Amino acid sequence: MAGLLYLHSTLLTSASALRRRAGAPASSSRRRCRVEAKIREIFMPALSSTMTEGKIISWTAAEGDRLAKGDPVVVVESDKADMDVETFHDGFLAAVLVPAGESAPVGSAIALLAESEEEIPLAQSQFASFSPSSSPPPPQETAAQEASPPPPAPAAVSAPAPPSPATQGGVRVVASPYAKKLAKDLGVDLFSVTGSGPGGRIVAKDAEAAAAAPKKAAPVAAARPDVPLGSTVLFTTMQGAVSKNMVESLAVPTFRVGYTITTDALDALYKKIKSKGVTMTALLAKATAMALVQHPVVNSSCRDGKSFTYNSSISIAVAVAVDGGLITPVLQDADKVDIYSLSRKWKELVDKARAKQLQPHEYNSGTFTLSNLGMFGVDRFDAILPPGTGAIMALGALQPTVVGTKDGRIGIKNQMQVNVTADHRVIYGADLAAFLQTLSKIIEDPKDLTF
Amino acid sequence: MYSTAMSLSAAAAAVAGGASLRPDVIRPAGLRFCGLRREALGLRSLQCSPQVSARRSVSAGAAAAENGAHGSGGFDYDLVIIGAGVGGHGAALHAVEKGLKTAIIEGDVVGGTCVNRGCVPSKALLAVSGKMRELQDEHHMKSLGLQVSSAGYDRQAVADHANNLASKIRSNLTNSMKALGVDILTGFGTIVGKQKVRYGKVGFPDNEITARNIIIATGSIPFVPKGIEIDGKTVFTSDHALKLESVPDWIAIVGSGYIGLEFSDVYTALGSEVTFVEAFDQLMPGFDPEIAKLAQRILINPRKIDYHTGVFASKITPAKDGKPVLIELIDAKTKEHKETLEVDAALIATGRAPYIKGLGLENINVVTQRGFVPVDERMQVMDADGNAVPNLYCIGDANGKLMLAHAASAQGISVVEQICGKDNILNHLSIPAACFTHPEISMVGLTEPQAREKADKERFEVSVVKTSFKANTKALAENEGDGLAKMIYRPDTGEILGVHILGLHAADLIHEASNAIALGTRVQDIKFVVHAHPTLSEVLDELFKAAKLLQLSSSIKRRDMIKTLVG
Repeated sequence: MAGLLYLHSTLLTSASALRRRAGAPASSSRRRCRVEAKIREIFMPALSSTMTEGKIISWTAAEGDRLAKGDPVVVVESDKADMDVETFHDGFLAAVLVPAGESAPVGSAIALLAESEEEIPLAQSQFASFSPSSSPPPPQETAAQEASPPPPAPAAVSAPAPPSPATQGGVRVVASPYAKKLAKDLGVDLFSVTGSGPGGRIVAKDAEAAAAAPKKAAPVAAARPDVPLGSTVLFTTMQGAVSKNMVESLAVPTFRVGYTITTDALDALYKKIKSKGVTMTALLAKATAMALVQHPVVNSSCRDGKSFTYNSSISIAVAVAVDGGLITPVLQDADKVDIYSLSRKWKELVDKARAKQLQPHEYNSGTFTLSNLGMFGVDRFDAILPPGTGAIMALGALQPTVVGTKDGRIGIKNQMQVNVTADHRVIYGADLAAFLQTLSKIIEDPKDLTF
Repeated sequence: MYSTAMSLSAAAAAVAGGASLRPDVIRPAGLRFCGLRREALGLRSLQCSPQVSARRSVSAGAAAAENGAHGSGGFDYDLVIIGAGVGGHGAALHAVEKGLKTAIIEGDVVGGTCVNRGCVPSKALLAVSGKMRELQDEHHMKSLGLQVSSAGYDRQAVADHANNLASKIRSNLTNSMKALGVDILTGFGTIVGKQKVRYGKVGFPDNEITARNIIIATGSIPFVPKGIEIDGKTVFTSDHALKLESVPDWIAIVGSGYIGLEFSDVYTALGSEVTFVEAFDQLMPGFDPEIAKLAQRILINPRKIDYHTGVFASKITPAKDGKPVLIELIDAKTKEHKETLEVDAALIATGRAPYIKGLGLENINVVTQRGFVPVDERMQVMDADGNAVPNLYCIGDANGKLMLAHAASAQGISVVEQICGKDNILNHLSIPAACFTHPEISMVGLTEPQAREKADKERFEVSVVKTSFKANTKALAENEGDGLAKMIYRPDTGEILGVHILGLHAADLIHEASNAIALGTRVQDIKFVVHAHPTLSEVLDELFKAAKLLQLSSSIKRRDMIKTLVG
């Protein structure tokens, strides 16, 4: 019989069961000899090799929550994406040291984990001796004893004060369960919403309407349209990373080669298969990958200044502008995957990039980069080489151009100017030129792109 | 327990004669529902013939009086069951199989709660809600490659489906008993003395009958805490809810046990929003905590449901004059007022109370405990002095041991076995329970905290294995990988202490585990049985195969050492 599909099988066996008792009083006589209050620290993890500090987006668990190994505890913004951080130990979240919205250096403690419930106060007193600069976040009990309607424990605590639309000063808010959920997700303050339901109750569509209203409550970090003129704004983690990479690239000796490619045949092909979900980006990535197959040196890089690193696979990273920055989702094995799967994968990656949920291997494993400013009408530009790769290709817009054809006539063809920036330590002029010639041949006769 | 001296030759002759023994009847084609068991056709081994043996002690001259309607030894019936619900029905069928002259008294409708106001209509509604939920889950459909244009429902048609099903099952039940020759007596039964029952409908003269054995199977009714005013339209119990006379926009469900949970599934699928009001600090307090946590993530968080825990609903006023239903919440411990909810409807699902009204327990010196009829492990009723009342049993919800339909009928069968001379103690830990939400939850045996408590007391170790439905091919093929199964067992003996499942078809899958517990099958025995692939039952296969036992050799060595020391 075919083997069973072991995808995400979570099998846990606990032989020494006596240690884990749900809230049982500390009968330490039965435990192992050295029993001291074990307060563990939860550290800010390094989510990528370039990360030096991380910002806490939100705490998934609240103080007092019981956690099992592997449970998500906090969401951290790294230089590339937002990541769920899990705990490696069982225990109770005793104290949050760095509240949501603040940053901490990689390796520093951001929370305390107590092994048992009674050690929580001990941990909290330890916390008092920790970073005094960050104000202690409001402690939350597991049950909704003191707190009011918003569901306790598993709910994510967002950076602004959690909306508690309850018995505060006699003003009561009546909102349906779904309205409350939407309000939390959309960042709507229920006190400011008028209800249209029976008895003035706030219903879901009221919350949605309030959220869609022109003035949004919390601006998204560094929204591009609203540039605060006359002020100095610090880089976000992502912008910091981009800046760092660009400065590093100054140490690499680069040169540029340009080429004009006729794209009529590619356009025709695109029109034909557009309905199957194929995008121009995917087509260009595929064409590039197939050209790289014939010119592996252009797919190499120089990591240490004295050797060629020939990559075993061809992974095309494509630069995408996202809110507040730039990221390069990678299409792995672009030469081997068929154009339809590539397009599907591309769409997935873009969605994830926009939602800041790309995993590291999805954005830092590229061996060749594509950057396209054609949609703005740019005809030609120079891209800066990302560190760790050998070449990056800048694509300009498709423009109908008057050309002289082979048979002596004048015609109009769509042409695109591409410009490749390459590391001259490993890629020489002739290599690059030959690559571009191959690429142009592939694009001008694209029947192999859809094998 | 019934025991009589019986001379072998006399018994043999009696069997051969078989004058007043029941003739074989054609059984209606295999009916299976609510866990009722039907023994194979024509099983006649160990024929229970109390009337035969008793007859021997009566002089031959009196033989003429024993033909026809009357049972032996001067009793009208060998067994009278008060209450024709699932428990009574199960007991009646088994009694007839064993040759007992049986009557069943019912004052309301045959089938009792399960058929008319419980399992049957609720499962019909849950079937509808399951399908609605699937059809409306665009994301799920898309992932399978399907497009479904907006799904809708006709409330009356849904209510009719549930109603019609209840009627059908009710008539099946009635016919099955009639066909077997069980006398169905209409009226409310009262025990007026030892082995004597009076019954009658209101406004009609009473009848009195005598019975060698009596089983109380009067069941339960929804429990409504004080302060809550029921109007049947905006504030109601499960009895009313199952008629589905309306689908409110916002309904508060008081109580987050399996009844409340199932209704939240129905209502949210039909478009309502739900608020749970729970007295305990955790939702779903009766479930294994790990399962409850996952259940919350799957069944509550993504749905239009919110909740208040650690509170009582101290006062509920039905809606009137355009005002909504008002629910006042007080802190469960401090009793101070916390909040007032304004909702369209409230469902009271705070448990069920035993129905013993008019049973006449005082006539036989029986005092109820918290409303339940006290029984021992053999279901014999205990009187106020702590002695077992002879020939009197109580099964099902009325005794409160395990308030589930199939537990009632299992208890009934156990009692009938005892009446026929075969001692029988039902192992309640082998009775599975299920909650029919989507996905389903099921369990058998102990929860993890209960197992660990027992382990501490009796000094043995407990091990737990878990597996996710995400590892199961069939579940993934349906894109229903949400789910967890766990098994709690003793690594020294291999005894299975409890199994809990949350996932697709959990209610069906649990039976492998409950069978194992009932038959005493150990982990090491069941490890090697083969499960078809690809099926959901492989989830259990994973559990069995993952279980690790302590080295047998070392425990044997230890045992031998102790033996030699002790001599």
